[in-house]
Amino acid sequence: MSALLTVEDLRITFPTRQGPSEVVRGVSFTLGRERLGIVGESGSGKSQTGRALLGLTPPPGTATAKRLEFDGIDLRSASPKQWRALRGGRMSMVMQDPKFSLNPVMTIGRQIMEALAFHGRSSRAEKKARAMAMLEAVQIRDPERVFRAYPHELSGGMGQRAMIAMMLVTEPDLLIADEPTSALDVTVQIEVLRILDALVTDRGMGLIFISHDLRLVASFCDRVLVMYAGRVVEELKASELDRAQHPYTQGLMNCLPKIDNDTRPLPTMTRDASWAL
Amino acid sequence: MSGATKTGGRSRALPFAWKAVKLLASVALTFLGLLFVTFLIGRVVPVDPVLSVVGDRASQAVYDRVYIELGLDKPLIQQFWIYLQKVFTGDFGDSFMTKRPILDDIMRVFPATLELATFGVILGTILGVPLGVLAAVKQGRLADQVVRVVGLIGYSAPIFWLGLLGLLIFYAKLGWVAGPGRIDISYEYDITPATGLLLIDSAMQGKWAAFGNIFSHIILPASLLGYFSMAYISRMTRSFMLNELAQEYVIAARVKGVPEWRIIWVHALRNAAVPLVTVIALSYAGLLEGSVLTETVFAWPGLGQYLTNSLQNADMNAVLGGTLVIGVVFVGLNLLSDLLYTLLDPRVRRRG
Ligand SMILES: Nc1ncnc2c1ncn2[C@@H]1O[C@H](COP(=O)(O)OP(=O)(O)OP(=O)(O)O)[C@@H](O)[C@H]1O
Ligand SMILES: [Mg+2]
Repeated sequence: MSALLTVEDLRITFPTRQGPSEVVRGVSFTLGRERLGIVGESGSGKSQTGRALLGLTPPPGTATAKRLEFDGIDLRSASPKQWRALRGGRMSMVMQDPKFSLNPVMTIGRQIMEALAFHGRSSRAEKKARAMAMLEAVQIRDPERVFRAYPHELSGGMGQRAMIAMMLVTEPDLLIADEPTSALDVTVQIEVLRILDALVTDRGMGLIFISHDLRLVASFCDRVLVMYAGRVVEELKASELDRAQHPYTQGLMNCLPKIDNDTRPLPTMTRDASWAL
Repeated sequence: MSGATKTGGRSRALPFAWKAVKLLASVALTFLGLLFVTFLIGRVVPVDPVLSVVGDRASQAVYDRVYIELGLDKPLIQQFWIYLQKVFTGDFGDSFMTKRPILDDIMRVFPATLELATFGVILGTILGVPLGVLAAVKQGRLADQVVRVVGLIGYSAPIFWLGLLGLLIFYAKLGWVAGPGRIDISYEYDITPATGLLLIDSAMQGKWAAFGNIFSHIILPASLLGYFSMAYISRMTRSFMLNELAQEYVIAARVKGVPEWRIIWVHALRNAAVPLVTVIALSYAGLLEGSVLTETVFAWPGLGQYLTNSLQNADMNAVLGGTLVIGVVFVGLNLLSDLLYTLLDPRVRRRG
């Protein structure tokens, strides 16, 4: 499998009053046209890793890497113009919180069409048709209404689906999905996963799927990175998750409640300070 | 309830109508309160309204007759009722100084103030908003510092000092602009008063020489007011923009590959415009009521000067009438900014 994305020794640092704080500390991985899951607890650096891949580390934070290549393009030296062509066009990201990630004074339709406006030429009617098709694809029942709606008029789950539609409408080669299904109920969650899955298998899209949910990641992805305190502590095939070596991953596995044998009291995880070293 | 109201339109039309009613009610109440306050001021100040009518050499009999004519023997609440009736028929009494009805006087001086303040706030907005955006985008850099210093001078320099300095340089030394006043006497009778806004009247009547003269009179005081309003507007724009540019939807737009100019001027500014409307309206109201010093320095025959003169001559009717006009302007601008706010923010618009 040819590598779509190569990341080597990615580090992200934020200056703080106590001196620089490194929130991502040497992450390396490669991604083909496959589904890569990233799991890890809150604050372990999953979202910041995803943003750095798009060159969107929020200032005053800085990201450095030994290698950061997307389809043969060295992202570290990409010009603003190159970035604009890549973002939205070839790489995209479904953001974690639809409530804040949609512009409150712009209709959903305009925001989706805007994604198309800067990548290739198409007429307004074509853009609208593609936006509507995309809204239908993410299982929105009343796409005409949602197209004209403002973000505050949608429920959390509808907002999340509108966001997914907005980020997928340009048919990118790489999609970073930051907890794309957390706000959705189970049936819709499955639909959304099916859409993402189809994009990977049919169109050869590369997918980075960020989640808290180890069970979901294990069943949906091909490979899993486990992050802890800014590091990748383990990289596994999804099918081999039960062979995990690292105590944090094992702990996560043991925390999954099992349906068949009723565990009481519920297991708790004890974190070892040495894991964060 | 008739059947027609049960259609789908009802759910949208009704909240809006309700909102309009609430808004009108609050305006009416504000206005009534304003009338009551001006009425009370008129009773409390140590100026005898009878004396200002009859003069101080009138006999006791004449004094008593006027005292009763003015209704001053009646209870306060009844007097207020009489006052209300008069105000609603446009009768604010006569001016002690000019001997003319107050309404006529105000109609004559108010357009001068309105024209100056409007010119000022337009200048302040078209300069202040882009400068504020620039300062926010270049936060902490040279452009930001320059905008800040320019704004700081606008905040702290006394207006009469800047006004006199401006007159000295641009009028006396360089001769680029005309001096104090609204218009040279030689042009004054060229124009038939219509709106009272001389720039508009002269332009509509095609009197371009007069227009040029009026423009060269107004440009200096308007720039001065524009400078003050620019200082305020740019500072507020900067802080609203900084807030918007830190939002997640800005990052989402970058993820989509939207160019930076569009993120700034369309995404962020469109959101910042919602609170900005209120700021601009406040600034406008400030220019309308606070132009006394400017009008004095530039011998501008506006409401500020009229009020100052009336106050100095204890012309209470005129003072109260002028105060009412300012109050009405304030309420009106508030109403306008409320409506614009509703128009700009879909979250308010559809909540009803
Ligand atoms: N702008 C910032 N300034 C300073 N520190 C930041 C900033 N943004 C994130 N961080 C820190 O970086 C670390 C990683 O954050 P990140 O958002 O990547 O976590 P995450 O793994 O996505 O967590 P979650 O599952 O809660 O979304 C956190 O400790 C956070 O405090
Ligand atoms: Mg996150």
